[in-house]
Amino acid sequence: MNLAIKDIRHNLGRFALTTTGIGLLLMIVMGMGGIYRGVVEDATLLIDRVGADLWIVQRNTRGPFAELSRVPSNLVHRALAVPGVQTSREFIYHTIQRERDGKPLRLAVLGLSWPTDRGEWLPLTAGRPLQQSHFEMIADETLRLQLGEQVSLGKETYTVVGTTKSMISSSGDGIAFFTVADAQAIQFDVPGEAVRLERASRESRGRDFEQAIQQPFILEQAGAPSQQLPAIARPQISAVMITVSPGTDVQRVANIISGWGDVAVFSNDDQRELLLKGSVEKVRRQIGLFRVLLTVIAAIIMALILYTLTLDKIHSIALLKLIGAPNTVILGLILQQAIILGTLGFAIALAIGQRVFPLFPRRVILTQPDLVQLAVIVFGISIVASLLGIWKAMQVSPHEALS
Amino acid sequence: MTAIGQSEFAIQAEGLTKVYGSGNTEVVAMRDATMEVKRGEVLALLGPSGAGKSTFLTAVGLINPPTRGRITIRGQVVMDGPAAQTNLRSFRRRHIGFVFQKSNLIPFLTAVENVQVALELNGAPRRKARRSALQLMDYLGVSDRADNLPSMLSGGQQQRVAVARALANRPSVILADEPTAALDSFRGRQVMELFAKVAHEQGAGVIVVTHDHRALDVFDTIYEMEDGIMRQIEHPTVSL
Ligand SMILES: Nc1ncnc2c1ncn2[C@@H]1O[C@H](COP(=O)(O)OP(=O)(O)O)[C@@H](O)[C@H]1O
Ligand SMILES: [Mg+2]
Repeated sequence: MNLAIKDIRHNLGRFALTTTGIGLLLMIVMGMGGIYRGVVEDATLLIDRVGADLWIVQRNTRGPFAELSRVPSNLVHRALAVPGVQTSREFIYHTIQRERDGKPLRLAVLGLSWPTDRGEWLPLTAGRPLQQSHFEMIADETLRLQLGEQVSLGKETYTVVGTTKSMISSSGDGIAFFTVADAQAIQFDVPGEAVRLERASRESRGRDFEQAIQQPFILEQAGAPSQQLPAIARPQISAVMITVSPGTDVQRVANIISGWGDVAVFSNDDQRELLLKGSVEKVRRQIGLFRVLLTVIAAIIMALILYTLTLDKIHSIALLKLIGAPNTVILGLILQQAIILGTLGFAIALAIGQRVFPLFPRRVILTQPDLVQLAVIVFGISIVASLLGIWKAMQVSPHEALS
Repeated sequence: MTAIGQSEFAIQAEGLTKVYGSGNTEVVAMRDATMEVKRGEVLALLGPSGAGKSTFLTAVGLINPPTRGRITIRGQVVMDGPAAQTNLRSFRRRHIGFVFQKSNLIPFLTAVENVQVALELNGAPRRKARRSALQLMDYLGVSDRADNLPSMLSGGQQQRVAVARALANRPSVILADEPTAALDSFRGRQVMELFAKVAHEQGAGVIVVTHDHRALDVFDTIYEMEDGIMRQIEHPTVSL
C-alpha cells in the first residue's frame, strides 16, 4: 500500500492547490531560462543569417553591433579589390524611434546593398524581397506593420512589401530592411533649416579645402544634397561585409585587410562572440542571477510546504512507529510526496509555460538541455526540501501517538 | 537467556520504576512494579486515574523506557533499565499488539487499510493482507464499514478496527489501555472475550487496563495499581 498516495488522495484539494503554486513558480524559473535563450538567439540570428565571412569595421571599434562604427562607403570597392574576395556589401545599421498612431515605434534600420542584395536571404513570412531601389521596406512581424502599409520616415513614405519572423536587434527592437540609400536617407534625415545651414557651412568649409580651390566646380556642388558630393562629404556606412570565393583562406584575406590603417576586421564568429560578450552579457548575468534567486526561493517554499505536510501527519507517523513501521517506510512517505510535488510542479510549469510564453513580447525559447537541467534541479530541490520534514519525522517518539 | 518462544511467560516485568521529569517537577509514576504474565493468560489491571497504569503498559509495550527495571518478553530480555536490548520497533511490529483508549487510527487510510497496513509492514502481500484484514473486521462486526475513513466511523466502530489491527499479526503480547471506554457493555464484553479467546488459542499474554468491573469474570488474573505501586489482588469472582 502506498501511504504517500493515500495521504495525497485524502487531502487532494489542498495538494492540488499547492502543486499548482509550485508549478507556477517553476514556470517563472523556466521562463527566465527561456528568456535568456531568446535574447541570445535573437541577438545572433542576424549575424548568422546575413552570411558574411568577414566584417570590416572602423579601426579600434568592435563593430556595429557593439558600438557606433563609421567607415567610408568606398571601402566596399577597396575590399572587393583584395584577391579572394567574392562579394563586398555595405552594412548600415542604426536604431530610430518615431511616433506612429500616438505610440512610439522603435525600429532597427538595416540597409541592404541594392541591387546585389534585395533581402532574398531573409526568412520572409509574407510578401517579397525588395524590387525597387527606393521606398520599399521589409519589416519584422514584431513591428506590427501590415503588408502594403505605408510608413512615413523622414521626408519619404515607404511601403511594406514583405514581413519577416524573429529578425530582432540585440536590444529587442524589430528590424526593418531598406536599400542602403533609403537607410541613409532615414539616418541622416534632418529638418530643412538644418540642411540649409549645413550646406552654407559646407560651402564656407569648402573655401579652405584645397581640392575645392583648385577645382571651383566642386564648390558649386557644395549646396547640393550630401549624397551627391563625392569628394567633400560622402555619407559613411557602419561596416562592410565580405564573402570570400570558395577555396580561399579567410584568414589570409583577413590578414591583408587588417594591414589597412583605418579599419579593423572580424570574422563572423568574432562578431558573434563580441555581441554575446558585449551587449548580451549583462542581460545574461542579470537573468542568470534572477534565476538562481528564484530557484532558492522555490527550494525554501517547497521545504516549508513539505515541513507543514509532515507536521500535519506527525500523529500518523508516531502511530506508524508505534506499530513498528521501519524508518524506510516513513522516509519513503515523505520523499515520495516531495518527488510527486516536484514532478507535478514541473509538468504544470511546462504545460502552462508552453501556452503562455508565446504571448510574451520577446521570444522565450525552451530548449531540451535547459529543460533537462531544470528537471534535475527540481528533483534535487525536492529531496533537499524534504530533509527538514524528514528530520522532524525522525524526532517524533512513538509515545506521542497516545497524546 | 531462553530463545524466543520457549519461555512459559509471555511477559516478565521486574522492578519497573519510572521517574518523569527531574528536580522540582520530578514525578515517580511507577515504583518497583513487578508482574508476570504466562502465555495464554488474560490479566486485568485496575486502579484509579493517575496510578501509573498507562506508564506501566507503555513501558511493557516498549514505547516508554523505564528508568529502572527489566522487561523480558517470551524469554528475551528486551529492556534493561532504559537501555534497549533489541531493535524495539521491529520487535513491536512482530510481537506486540496495542489497543488504546482513543482509537488511534491513521486518518488518511480507510478502516480496512488501517488493519492491512500492520500486516503489510510485517511482509504480508497486499491481497493476502487485505483478505485477512477483512476477515478480522468481519469477526468484529465492522466489515460493512471497511472502505470508510475513520472519521466516518462511530467511536465504537473505530475501537473495533483498532482491536482488529492489534490482533492482525497474531502477536504474543496484547496490551490494551481502557479499550472498552467507547463501547457499550455488550460490545465491551465482546472485545474482552475476544482477547481471552486469542490468549487461549494463540498462547498470547494479554494485559487489559479497565474500569469495567462487570467483565472481570473474563480475566484469569487481576492486578491493581495505586500511586505507582503494583500488587496482585484476589479474583473477585473467586472471593464471592
Ligand atoms: N509524560 C509525562 N510527564 C510527566 N508526568 C507524567 C507523564 N505521563 C504521566 N505522568 C504522571 O505520572 C503519573 C501516572 O500517570 P499514568 O501512568 O498516565 O496513570 P494512569 O494511566 O493510571 O491514569 C501521573 O501522576 C501523571 O501525571
Ligand atoms: Mg491511563
